[in-house]
Amino acid sequence: MEKIVKDFAKGLVVLIILAPLGLLAVGETFGEWSNEEIHEKLGFVPQGLERLSSLWGAPLADYAFPNDESQTGAITAYILSGILGVAICGGLLYYVGKKIAKN
Amino acid sequence: MHIPDGYLGPYTYIAFWVIMIPIWYYAGKRLSAELKSRQVPLLAMAAAFSFVIMMFNLPIPGGSTGHAVGGAIIAIVIGPWASVIAISVALVLQALMFGDGGITAIAANCFNMAVAMPFCAYYIYKFASGNVVITSSRRVIAAAVAGYISLAFAAALTGFEFGIQPLLHIGANGLPLYMPYPLSVAMPAMILEHVLAFGFVEAIVTALIFSYIQRTDTSILFGDQSRANRNKSNKPATT
Repeated sequence: MEKIVKDFAKGLVVLIILAPLGLLAVGETFGEWSNEEIHEKLGFVPQGLERLSSLWGAPLADYAFPNDESQTGAITAYILSGILGVAICGGLLYYVGKKIAKN
Repeated sequence: MHIPDGYLGPYTYIAFWVIMIPIWYYAGKRLSAELKSRQVPLLAMAAAFSFVIMMFNLPIPGGSTGHAVGGAIIAIVIGPWASVIAISVALVLQALMFGDGGITAIAANCFNMAVAMPFCAYYIYKFASGNVVITSSRRVIAAAVAGYISLAFAAALTGFEFGIQPLLHIGANGLPLYMPYPLSVAMPAMILEHVLAFGFVEAIVTALIFSYIQRTDTSILFGDQSRANRNKSNKPATT
């Protein structure tokens, strides 16, 4: 493997380990409010928004284990999410890439 | 910048699916025609990097949070069309598995972060670099500026898509059906936080990785001259 590819891979590992730092940011993100937050702001939840917002139940919603409010749980889930994300994105494109690549 | 389900009405999210399907198709065709074995690990790591960098939420004064996307450095390294595929893969996984970004909004989110951002970044980088040598520090600045502007551009697009919802969808009771805030609120909110905060993060991330590549191996850069030369010298003479 080329040196730079190895270095990038090491960098990804470091990023996964440091990812829980992203949990330190508490607060809302503009346009990504929960229905409760919207209700607090407006006094109502737009009908279409309410209907569509429950369309999909992601297995690890918000990079967290369902029904686990503990801090250890949050950190574990965040690192696990990072590992899964890197493994699935990287693995999928590596596999497909190798199939279609010209030498 | 990940639009959840429910914020965009059907006109908007369907329009983006209609726009994105041919873009994905074309990007896939380009990739299978141009991808070299040597670039495969970079393509895979670009998607992985984009996924993980978006997990680094940063707080800003005012109680909001956001993150970098990595779209600029990815575009500079693997080229804009390969970036479409790499970043889209990360965004689709985020939506399906982690509920980050909606299912209906996958196409809109991919347009903002996997198309608009890398193309904007790549051409700013190219234009601002001019013809200077690959190791020039001007290219580091160009890469940083590309990161900063392209993130703000993607944020502005997102703000625009949010802001047109009250124009498109109002219920019988006169209340908005989807994103309730108009352009006059959504555009400044999205642009300001990215111009004042997250754009700098994207710029720094882009510059750091770019200067590392300059010092290590510039032959991995998309369209790099040294690679073109190397390929040329490897080819047997035809005359």
